[in-house]
Amino acid sequence: MRDGVEDLEIQLLLEALYQRYHYDFRRYARASTKRRLLLARDRLGFDSVSMMQAGLLHDPALLPRLLDFLTVQVSEMFRDPSYFRALREQVLPHLRTYPSLKVWVAGCSNGEELYSLAILFREEGLDQRTLFYATDINPSALQAAEAGVYPLDQVRKFTQNHQKSGGKSSLSEYYTADYGRAAFDKTLRSRVVFSDHSLVTDAVFAEMHLISCRNVLIYFDRALQDRAIGLFRDSLARKGFLGLGSKENLRFSSHAAAFSDFVREEKIYQRRES
Amino acid sequence: MTAGPIKAVAIGASAGGVQALLQILPALPATYPLSVLVVVHVPPDRENALVPLLGGKCRVAVKEAEDKEPVRPGVVYFAPSDYHLLVEADGSLSLSSDELVNLSRPSIDVLLESAADAFGPALVGVVLTGANDDGARGLRAIADAGGQAVVEDPASAYAATMPAAALQACPKAKVMTLETMTSYLLQLGAA
Repeated sequence: MRDGVEDLEIQLLLEALYQRYHYDFRRYARASTKRRLLLARDRLGFDSVSMMQAGLLHDPALLPRLLDFLTVQVSEMFRDPSYFRALREQVLPHLRTYPSLKVWVAGCSNGEELYSLAILFREEGLDQRTLFYATDINPSALQAAEAGVYPLDQVRKFTQNHQKSGGKSSLSEYYTADYGRAAFDKTLRSRVVFSDHSLVTDAVFAEMHLISCRNVLIYFDRALQDRAIGLFRDSLARKGFLGLGSKENLRFSSHAAAFSDFVREEKIYQRRES
Repeated sequence: MTAGPIKAVAIGASAGGVQALLQILPALPATYPLSVLVVVHVPPDRENALVPLLGGKCRVAVKEAEDKEPVRPGVVYFAPSDYHLLVEADGSLSLSSDELVNLSRPSIDVLLESAADAFGPALVGVVLTGANDDGARGLRAIADAGGQAVVEDPASAYAATMPAAALQACPKAKVMTLETMTSYLLQLGAA
C-alpha cells in the first residue's frame, strides 16, 4: 500500500540533515535519493527512515556514513573514452594557447576523473602550467581522491579506457601495484587543490578554462541543475570549456544562451565571448 | 483502493527480450494513450541500438529516455545503456549512474520500484523473458502499490528464469503469453 509515510520521512530527514549539518539534498532528484536512503537504512541497521533521522540528529558520527550513501558515485578512469579523445584532439589545442590554465573537476568523488585529466594533461605537456581544482561535498570522497589508490581489478578497465581515449603512454607508468591495489603517482596531484565545495550552496571561487562535471547534474532537479550551470557560466573564462556527462545537456537551462556546442556528441560546450 | 485508469506500462526484459518486444510494441497504435517505459539489459559499452531498431517497426513514438523529461502518453521510452532509469513523483524521468543493481545498469527493479512510487495503481508492470531475477522486487512493489502485475508465461518464454522469479515474488501476477499480453495492452489503451 502507498501511504506516503515513507516519502514524508525522507522529506523530514533531508530537512534535518540540512538544518543540523547544512548538507542540502532537498532538491536532489528524489527517486534516486530515496533509493540511496532506503539502502542506507537497511545497511546501517535502522528499522525506519525516522529512526535513522533520530540517529543522525543525536550522533554526528553517523553523518559521514550517511553521506557515503548519499553522494558516492561509481566512476572509472577515462570513463567514456571518446570524451577524453575529444578533449585531447579538440579542446587541448585551444588550451595550449594560454600561458597558465585552471581546470575544475566539480563533484570529483573518489578522483577517477581528476587523475584521468591529470594524465591527459601530462601526456600533452600541459601539466606544468595547469592548476587543478577537485571539489566534492563529501570529505571522505575528497580523502580518497587525494590518496589516489584504486583496486587493481578496476585498473584493467581503466587501462582499456585510457588506450581507447588515445593515450600516448602506458597507464602502468602512473601507478605502482601492491597488495591488489594501484597507488597513483603523487606527482599527478602536486598541482591539485582538493576542496570542499557544494554546487548547491557555494559560490564561484576562481576563473576556469575547463570545467568537467559529468554525471553529477542528473542527480539534481531542474532548478538545482540550473543553479549549477549558472555557477559554471560565471566561473568560466570567455571561450572556456564545460564538459558534461553523456546524457546531460544544457538544452533546458536558462543559461543555455551563454554557451555554444563545441563537440556536440561529447557534451562539450564553450562559453560565448559575451 | 479504487481502480483508476491505467496511465503507464513499465516493462523489463533481458535475454530474448528484443524478440519479445518486437512482437508486442509494433502492435500498439500511433494514438496509444499510455506511456511505455522499457528497460532491456544491454552491454554497457554499446550504444543502445534498440531505439532505431524498434522505432523503425513501431507506430507509436519510440525514443531514448532523457534526464528530467516529462513522461508523455503514446511514447515508448528506453533506458539508455549504462544508466538506470527512474520515474519521479511529478511524472518526469531521471537517469542515474549509481552502482549496478542485480549486476545490471539499467536495472529493471530500479525502474519498476520508482514507477510504482510515481504511478501507484495507474501502472501496469510487465516482466518478460530473461535469465536472471532482476524485476522480481520491482514487480512486487507495483502490486503492493495497487498496480497491475504481469509476467510472460515462463513455459513459453525464451528464458524462463526472470518471469518465474517475478511470479514467485509476486504470486498474484497475471501470467500471459506474448499474444495474450499484446491484446491485454491494446485493451488497456482502448478502455
